[in-house]
Amino acid sequence: MRGFSLSPGLGVGCTLVAIVAALAAGCGGSGNGDGKEVVLVTHDSFAIPKQVQAAFEQESGLELTILQGGDAGEVVNRALLTRGDPQGDVLFGIDNNLLSRGLDEGLFEPYEAKGIDAVEAGYRLDPMHNLTPVDHADVCLNVDRMWFSSRGIPPPTSLDDLTNARYRKLLVVENPATSTPGLAFMLATIARFGANGWQDYWRRLRANDVLVVDGWEEAYTARFSGAGGSKGTRPIVVSYATSPAAEVIFAKTPPATAPTAAVAQSCFRQIELAGVLAGAKNVGGAHALIDFMLSERFQAAMPKSMFVLPVRTGTPLPDAFRRYAVSPAQPLELPAAEIGRNRDRWIDEWTRVVLR
Amino acid sequence: MDTGRPALSRGRHLAAALAPAVFVALFFAYPLAAILERGLTSEGGVSLPAGTAALLWFTTWQAAVSTALTLAAGLPLAWAIGRFRFRGRSLTRALVLVPFVLPTVVVAAAFLELLPDGYERGLWAIFAAHVFFNVAVVTRIVGGAWAAIDPASAEAAAVLGAGPLRRAREVTLPQLAPALSASAALTFLFCFTSFGVILILGGPGRATVETEIYNRAARLFDLQAAAALSLLQLGAVAVVLAVASILEARAGAASTLADEESVLRRPRGRERVAVAAILAVAALALVLPLAVLVRRSLGSWGALFRETPALLVEPWQAAVYSVAFASVAAAIALVVGGLAAVELARRPPGVADGLVLLPLGASAVMLGFGFLIAFDTAPLDLRSSWWLVPVAQSLVAAPFVVRIVTPALRSIDPRLREVAATLGASPARGWREVDVPLAGRAFAVAAGFAFAIALGEFGATVFVARAEQPTLPVAIFRFLGRPGAENQGVAAALAVVLAGIAVCAALAAERVADGRGQAL
Repeated sequence: MRGFSLSPGLGVGCTLVAIVAALAAGCGGSGNGDGKEVVLVTHDSFAIPKQVQAAFEQESGLELTILQGGDAGEVVNRALLTRGDPQGDVLFGIDNNLLSRGLDEGLFEPYEAKGIDAVEAGYRLDPMHNLTPVDHADVCLNVDRMWFSSRGIPPPTSLDDLTNARYRKLLVVENPATSTPGLAFMLATIARFGANGWQDYWRRLRANDVLVVDGWEEAYTARFSGAGGSKGTRPIVVSYATSPAAEVIFAKTPPATAPTAAVAQSCFRQIELAGVLAGAKNVGGAHALIDFMLSERFQAAMPKSMFVLPVRTGTPLPDAFRRYAVSPAQPLELPAAEIGRNRDRWIDEWTRVVLR
Repeated sequence: MDTGRPALSRGRHLAAALAPAVFVALFFAYPLAAILERGLTSEGGVSLPAGTAALLWFTTWQAAVSTALTLAAGLPLAWAIGRFRFRGRSLTRALVLVPFVLPTVVVAAAFLELLPDGYERGLWAIFAAHVFFNVAVVTRIVGGAWAAIDPASAEAAAVLGAGPLRRAREVTLPQLAPALSASAALTFLFCFTSFGVILILGGPGRATVETEIYNRAARLFDLQAAAALSLLQLGAVAVVLAVASILEARAGAASTLADEESVLRRPRGRERVAVAAILAVAALALVLPLAVLVRRSLGSWGALFRETPALLVEPWQAAVYSVAFASVAAAIALVVGGLAAVELARRPPGVADGLVLLPLGASAVMLGFGFLIAFDTAPLDLRSSWWLVPVAQSLVAAPFVVRIVTPALRSIDPRLREVAATLGASPARGWREVDVPLAGRAFAVAAGFAFAIALGEFGATVFVARAEQPTLPVAIFRFLGRPGAENQGVAAALAVVLAGIAVCAALAAERVADGRGQAL
C-alpha cells in the first residue's frame, strides 16, 4: 500500500472546515447593519489622533472602523468596483482632480453637513452636497534652502524659473500617471501655460534634465536633498505646501527654522472631500461622521496628523504651520469638470512628451 | 498492506484531499474568477491592449536574465552551505531569508543609496534587486539538496579516476538537477511577476505584465485590459511551471536522502579560502542594505513606543499584529499545504507539482479586487473581517509548504510504512512514527518559510488590513509616506524589527529541524 494514514489529516481537515464556517458565520456579523459601527474608507495618508477618534465614538455611540489602502485614485476606483454594495459608509479623500469621476458615476448620496456654513465658499465644490470639503493641501514645489544659500544661487520662485539653465539637474517630480502630487503638478503646468503651451514647457524641463520618479515617497525622501535624513542630491521637489512645517515638527532635533520652503507661485489647489457612499449600510452613522469631520475638534487635529489645512474658518493652526506652511491667496486651479474630461488624455500626452 | 478498514480510510483520504481544494477554490479561484468575469464581460470579449507583445517580451527576458544571475550568485553559497560545517552556518542560512521578507520599498530605498550614481535605476538595478531578493530561494533549496547527496558516489568516481569537472558533471549535477530546476522555476516566477522592484528601480516607462495589470486596474480602472493581461500572465506562468516540473521529473526523483550530519564536514585546504571568500561576499551583500537601514533608524527607536498620528496604535504594536497574523497564516499554510503535499506525494512527480505554484502567478491587485467583490454578501461577507489578512497571506505561503514538504514525503521508503502496519501500528501511529519524524525537518523548514513569507506579504494584505491592526509592512509604508526625518527613521527601525523577527523565526525553525534530525 502506497497510501498514508490520514486520521491526523482528517482532524486538521475538520479544523479547516470549522475555520471556514467561523469565517462565514461569525465574521459576517462584523459587517455593520446594526447601526453601531460606521466604516470609513480612505487612502494611506489618512490619520487621526486616537483621542479624536475616541471622542467621536463616545459622542456618537458608534464604533469607527477605518479601512485604508492605496492613494486617492485607487480608493475611488475601489469604490467604483464595489458601487451599490460599498465596503464602508463614508469615503474620504476624493479630491478635486477625481471629483468628476465619482460624481458622474453616482458613487455618493447627497448630505448637507452640519457646519458646512463655516466652510469658506471657495472650497465648496459641489453645490448638490454629494461631497463635503474637509481639508485642502496644495501641491507646491519645495526647495532645500540650505542647498541654495550655501551656493549663493537664488531658489526658483515660479514654474517659469525651472527651465532656466541654472536649475539644470536640480528638479525631481513624480509621474502623473502613478502619483497624486505628480498629477497635481502636471495640472499646475496646464493651468499656468494653457492647454496648448504646457507640452512645450515640459519639453524644456526635459531638456533641463528633470528627474521623474514613480511616487512621492521616492521623490521626497530619497531624491530631494532637503528632506530630513535624506541622501538625495536634488534640491527642488514636487511636494505639499505643508511639507516644510512637517520637517520642523518631525525633525529629530528641532531646527531654528524650516530647512525647506514651499514656492507659493507654483501651488496647485487640492481640496479633499468626503461623501456618503450610495448603498451605505449605516447612513445615520455616515452623516454623524461627516458632521464630525467638519467639527472644530477634527479640523484642528488634521494639520499635525495628516499635513493638510482645515477648511473651517477660524480653526487654530499649530505654530509650525502658521510659520512655514504657505496658503497662497491665488493658487493655480482648473475646473473639476475640465480635469475630468481631459485627465487621461493629458497623462498620455505627458508620457509621450516626457518619458518616450 | 491493508489497514482492515478500507472504506473509512477512503473517506478520510477524500476529506483530506478535499480540504486544500476547497480552500483554494474558495479563497483563490472564486475571487479571481469573479473579478476576471467582471472585467471580461463589461466590454465584451478578451482583447489585449496594444503593446502587449513588447510588454511580454521585456517581462520574459528580464526574468530570464535575473534568474541566470540569481543562480550564478546563489550556487556558490549553496555549495558552501550544502557541503561544509562552519561556525555561523545556521545564521547564514537564516540571514539569506531576510531580503525575502523586507518590503520592496524599503530595500529599494537602501539600493538607491548604495548603488553608484547613474546605475541606481534601470536594468542593472532591477537585476541587482532581483538577485538580492531571490538568492534565498536558490541557496536554501539547492543547499538543502546538496547536503542530502551522499558523498560516497563522488568519492567512488574519484577512486575510478574521474577528475573534479567530470565528477561535478556526471555525479553531482544530475543529483542536484531537481533542486536546480525547482529553484530556477521559483526565481523565474518571482522575477516574472516582479512589481515593486520594476516600479521603483526600473524608473518610469519600464513595465512588466504585473505592473501593467496594476496600472490598468488600480489607476485607470480599465478592468477589461487588466483581466485580459491577468489571464495572459496566468497562462504564461502555467506554461513555465509545467515545463519546469516536467524537466524536474525527468531529471529523476530525489534519491534516498543522506543524513546531513554525515555529509557536512569542515572545509580543508583551498576549500577554506573559497568558503571564506564566498561567505565574505555574501555577508557584505546581505548586510550592507541592512546597515543602511540601521543607520537611518538611529535615534528613532524611542518613537516606536510613543503614540503617533500615523497609526492608531503605537508603532511597536505592529510587530505584535504581524507576528500574530503570520503565525495564523503559517498554521493555515501548513495545514492546507501539508495536506496537498500528502496527496501529491502519493503520485510520481509531474505537472501537478508545478501547478501548485500557480497562485503566485496571479496579480495581487486583481486578487485583492476579487476579494472585494466576491466576499460582499452573506454568508461570505468577509470584507472587513480580520481573518482575511492571514488567509491572504497563507495563499502566498501555502505553495511553498507544498514545494518543500512533497519531495521529503516522497523520499520516504514506503516499505517503512508497510513494516509499521505489519507490526500492527494503526495508520495514525504509522504516520506519527514514520512520516512525521522523517519529514519533520521539511515541515519545520516549511513552517519557517511560510512564517517569513506571511510576515513580509504586502500586496494583498494592504487591501484587507484594518487600520487598528496594522502589520509591519503596512506600518512601514505609512511612515515612509510621511515627511520628516523622524518618520523616515521610524520606518527604518520597523524594517530592522521585521528583519530581526525573520532571522529569529528562521533560526528557531532550524533549531526545531535539527532537534528532529537528532531524534532520528
